[in-house]
Amino acid sequence: MIEAKGVGLTFQTADGPVDALKDVDLTVGRGDFVSFIGPSGCGKTTFLRAVAALESPTAGTLRVNGMTPDAARKARAYGYVFQAPGLYPWRTIAGNISLPLEIMGFGKADRAARIARVLELVDLAGFGGKFPWQLSGGMQQRASIARALAFDADILLMDEPFGALDEIVRDRLNEALLELWKKTGKTIGFVTHSIPEAVYLSTKIVVMSPRPGRITRIIDSPLPPDRPLEIRETPEFIALAHEVREGLREGHGHD
Amino acid sequence: MTEAASAAPGRRLWDGLQARALPVLTVLLAIVAIWYLGAIWMNGQWVRDQAARADTVLTTAEFIRQTLALDRPVLPAPHQVAAGLWEGIAGQRITSRRSLVWHGWVTLSATLAGFGIGTLAGILLAVGIVHNRAMDQSVMPWAVASQTVPILAIAPMVIVVFASAGITGLLPKAIIAAWLSFFPVLVGMVKGLRTPDAMQLDLMRSWSASRAQQFWRLRLPSSMPYLFASLKVAIAAALVGTIVGELPAGATAGLGARLLSGSYYGQTVQIWSALFAAAALAAALVMLIGAIETLVLKRMGLAR
Repeated sequence: MIEAKGVGLTFQTADGPVDALKDVDLTVGRGDFVSFIGPSGCGKTTFLRAVAALESPTAGTLRVNGMTPDAARKARAYGYVFQAPGLYPWRTIAGNISLPLEIMGFGKADRAARIARVLELVDLAGFGGKFPWQLSGGMQQRASIARALAFDADILLMDEPFGALDEIVRDRLNEALLELWKKTGKTIGFVTHSIPEAVYLSTKIVVMSPRPGRITRIIDSPLPPDRPLEIRETPEFIALAHEVREGLREGHGHD
Repeated sequence: MTEAASAAPGRRLWDGLQARALPVLTVLLAIVAIWYLGAIWMNGQWVRDQAARADTVLTTAEFIRQTLALDRPVLPAPHQVAAGLWEGIAGQRITSRRSLVWHGWVTLSATLAGFGIGTLAGILLAVGIVHNRAMDQSVMPWAVASQTVPILAIAPMVIVVFASAGITGLLPKAIIAAWLSFFPVLVGMVKGLRTPDAMQLDLMRSWSASRAQQFWRLRLPSSMPYLFASLKVAIAAALVGTIVGELPAGATAGLGARLLSGSYYGQTVQIWSALFAAAALAAALVMLIGAIETLVLKRMGLAR
């Protein structure tokens, strides 16, 4: 699904070039749930943006579904979820989900059917007629996930989607996201700086470190696909979280 | 505090009204009082001269009464202006050349036409500036320069040029009004069309939206609060532009012409009446746009 070989990305700034990404090699298979974790400046968001063709790598090759990121975007390969919901206040929830569908030229009846389906999927059925300000922060973010799902992209790219929400809402949304992932079989790329979140959600955890932004460890999760929230108290979970923490510390060796 | 909170709703409404009306009324009363004093003081010289010529001695009461009832006062008293306004609005057939309603309509129609042209020009230029690098770097200095030229110098030229082409009446005045009103719309819309943040633009890009789709679905709706703020400035500017366009010699219709003919014949009451009519018109237009703004922004969920 996503294949990176020696990907590098250098920003030209006033203080000289900055290596946001260096020698990133990564393969993400169909149906994987991959978390990118690391301190700020480690390039996790930059990598996700490069996959989405919102940034262009300056070195190496990056393939999404066997295509260049640009071509993959035009082929509607992915839906992108940002940290803020970014819903338009002048559109209802249904209208907001309809927006990418209108842009992509879906017919009216098709749009209505898709909106109903994804609202059901994120557990917001019946809220289509509400305006964003009438919904809580967690519900707004669910609506933005529904918007990213509406056009049936195989890949869901999520950049700290729950970063602005409180712990309790976050737990519930993580559970719901896992449920959604199992139901739809999407490939998910998920940026976070929460270790428990990464461990709880992922089949694969990519640990990154800054200056230059690079991958220090790729950890395949041994946890089963069925994960109740209580799994976070099991020894396997704690051991995995410890391994991620070790990986993060490794990258910080010279700080 | 607790007393006010526990008061009946009717009582609270009344208190609220009082709290809001009181400062306004106080200021209004102060202005009227100062105005009366000013009228007595400024018209006093004339009354004293008249009395000296007639060799009479005036009591204070008689002196004040006369300063406030002159035919052509230097500064007419508030009640004289009010009478002049009433006479101009209600005391005439609406089609009469002495009706302020008729003159007001002449000014209003040119104002609205100029406002329409100016708004359209401002929006189009802003769209160009936001979407085109060359325009971004070249248009603004010219727009600013256009506003630094005194409108009093431009207006007669516009009127004369159009008149020589056989065009008189509404259009040349509307052009002058548009000249003044396009600028606030331009500045407001450039800012407004640029309000969508990087994330919202990235979202659009992630859907491979075209620039037209980005404009109609994101930039334009986002700019509405800015548009309305600048429209309020623009409509007042359009009215000023129209009145200035009515000043050059030859104009016989409109509030501007009314101002001018008043000053020719020393009819100060007429000048002040026209002035107040213009001010009331401007206030009404700004309030109308404010009402439309509230309605639209509330519907769009953008109201503060």
